[in-house]
Amino acid sequence: MSDSETLKIKDLHVSTTEGKEILRGVNLEIKRGEVHALMGPNGSGKSTLGYAIMGHPGYEVTQGSITLGDQDVLEMEPNERARAGIFLAFQRPMAIPGVKMADFLRHAATNVRRPDRKEGEELIPMREFRKELNQKMDQLRMDKEFARRYVNDGFSGGEMKRAEILQLAMLRPKFAILDETDSGLDVDAVRLASQSIADIGGKDMGILIITHHEHLLEHNRPDFTHVILGGRIVETGGPELALELHKQGYDRIRAAYPEAAAADAALKQTEPAGAH
Amino acid sequence: MATDVAAKPKFGEINKYDFHTDSKAVFKARKGLDADIVRQISDMKNEPAWMRDFRLRSLEIFNAKPMPRWGGAIDLDFQDIYYYLKPADRQGKTWDEVPDEIKKTFDRLGIPEAEKKFLAGVKAQFESEVIYGSLKEDLTKQGVIFTDTDTAIREYPDLVREYFATIIPPADNKFAALNSAVWSGGSFIYVPKGVKIEFPLQAYFRINAENMGQFERTLIIVDEGAEVHYVEGCTAPMYSTESLHSAVVEIIVKKHARCRYTTIQNWANNIYNLVTKRAVAYEGALMEWIDGNLGSRLTMKYPAVYMMEPGARGEILSIAFSSAGQHQDAGAKVVHCAPNTSSRIISKSISKNGGRSSYRGLVKVESGARKSKSSVVCDALILDSASRSDTYPYLEIDEQDVTIGHEASVSRIGEEQLFYLTSRGLSEPEASTMIVNGFIEPLIKELPMEYAVEMNRLIELQMEGSVG
Repeated sequence: MSDSETLKIKDLHVSTTEGKEILRGVNLEIKRGEVHALMGPNGSGKSTLGYAIMGHPGYEVTQGSITLGDQDVLEMEPNERARAGIFLAFQRPMAIPGVKMADFLRHAATNVRRPDRKEGEELIPMREFRKELNQKMDQLRMDKEFARRYVNDGFSGGEMKRAEILQLAMLRPKFAILDETDSGLDVDAVRLASQSIADIGGKDMGILIITHHEHLLEHNRPDFTHVILGGRIVETGGPELALELHKQGYDRIRAAYPEAAAADAALKQTEPAGAH
Repeated sequence: MATDVAAKPKFGEINKYDFHTDSKAVFKARKGLDADIVRQISDMKNEPAWMRDFRLRSLEIFNAKPMPRWGGAIDLDFQDIYYYLKPADRQGKTWDEVPDEIKKTFDRLGIPEAEKKFLAGVKAQFESEVIYGSLKEDLTKQGVIFTDTDTAIREYPDLVREYFATIIPPADNKFAALNSAVWSGGSFIYVPKGVKIEFPLQAYFRINAENMGQFERTLIIVDEGAEVHYVEGCTAPMYSTESLHSAVVEIIVKKHARCRYTTIQNWANNIYNLVTKRAVAYEGALMEWIDGNLGSRLTMKYPAVYMMEPGARGEILSIAFSSAGQHQDAGAKVVHCAPNTSSRIISKSISKNGGRSSYRGLVKVESGARKSKSSVVCDALILDSASRSDTYPYLEIDEQDVTIGHEASVSRIGEEQLFYLTSRGLSEPEASTMIVNGFIEPLIKELPMEYAVEMNRLIELQMEGSVG
């Protein structure tokens, strides 16, 4: 893939809008077709990185850059980032009561496929959209009823994650960040999710998988594994690094990078559990 | 100069309803309100003496009553309003008989088209008079009456006199008294025993002239075991001065009958909409009000159901949307006068761009109305910090053996919800509209499809326009 299809993150510093610094200089390059695993203890900044790439208004980039080819991602609104081909599967997706999954997906898919579309302009024809949606739901072994339910409203944890994968399948982004898309799923469901993500991703999607578990990586063998600690990527390796961390945890990493470990500990002291 | 009413408005055009027609009135009373004007209206209509006396008595009540000291701010000069304007010599039975300029107005509002597609009957009121009326022939044969109230007084005097002003007497409130003095037009419906009307009857109210007051008076009688769905729509062009719409609607739902009354109110933002609507429901009867308030400068309207006999039910579903310069003070009243009666109130309001929405509701249970049930749910959605929402629930319970539920919520469109939707490619306005449409979805799905589409479209227009 050419350089114009690379998502580049350089020296990224991100604070919350309350001014608390979470990321302290992240460097990461993802090419299309590559799978990257991002691992690290709770609260080390994994979700914040996903939010910053997608443009969450609760986070402020204070230094560094994110580019997609020659496009400055930081200059874009979240919907422009989506239309440019970036996707974030949320760790905790939001419920939108009263809005049917199918309506939401039809709007989303239309905008992502026709980036210049203005509000009020036509959507993908209903028949065509339905056919595609039904096909995708079949592949993901989802009940058709799902499309008529309100977005994430009253969904179980597992249903939410499957809904995120359905969105990934419908929007087919260039780059996908999957933030703990395996949490809340049982082992069989994780295997199905893992297989589905591999099928959807194919050879031309760049994927950043944030996970604590090995199962999601089963069908998505990472080309690179990154370890984040204290808001910085401290080590990068191959698939064997992911395996090591699964088996042995982060003690070796903490010992090897005392400065990052100290920053990590400091972050956690002031932060409510599980916020990032 | 007439606006070009033939041009079809584009989708999403905010001022779809903001056009006026250069229509020549057949008769226009002078501005202002006094006994002479009231007599003149009565003379024009060739009314019986009892109605003329009723009007004059009502005028005295209006003059004696103070302005309401609650609700919204009413800044109106009652002497600066035209109380009666007759737009045409006679009512058309076909659209071809309606004066051209007026017909074009209703064409543009899509009424003849809707009539062909899915309505059982139509009344179109322009200024003070109903200028077009139709009813499907099979319904006429079954004895259904759907006419304007003026005609009803002439043709069905006994039926009208038995019920007229019995549900809402002139002394009920200042604006009911005003309507009683100067009323003109409105619908009269009688559905005979056991007749179930499958398709809706629709009335459309249009104010066209500046400084116009519209005071229609509607009376609906649904006889035992009968069913009807009546729908009203209202629009007006935007002028720089205020206009007044003050209707009175009385409904009698007899034993085991059902009546559903749907309003889609989209008045221009210079109109005071001060309306009294009340129904009485007898044994096993069901009265449903579906009340959508999107337009007007100030709306004060609290559709009521009095449950008079055991097993009567009342349901009031309302949606209010207020944007810049608008105050929707809307709500509901349910009065349980008999055992085993039940009521349900669901109110949803949306406030945007400095708009203000208030829910004002009364649940009253009379002593002896045992085993009665009432549930009230009111949810408010506020789109920005300049906007406001208030809830004024009143409970008067004089019976121990009852079940009463009340839930209220106020929410703001969450940053997290917006981010979630925009991260999927939706623009921020599109995302907000989607959240708002979802918020009112539980009510919209109660509407027949055509009106659901209309409501969603109006909400989208409200969401687009910064100055509605």
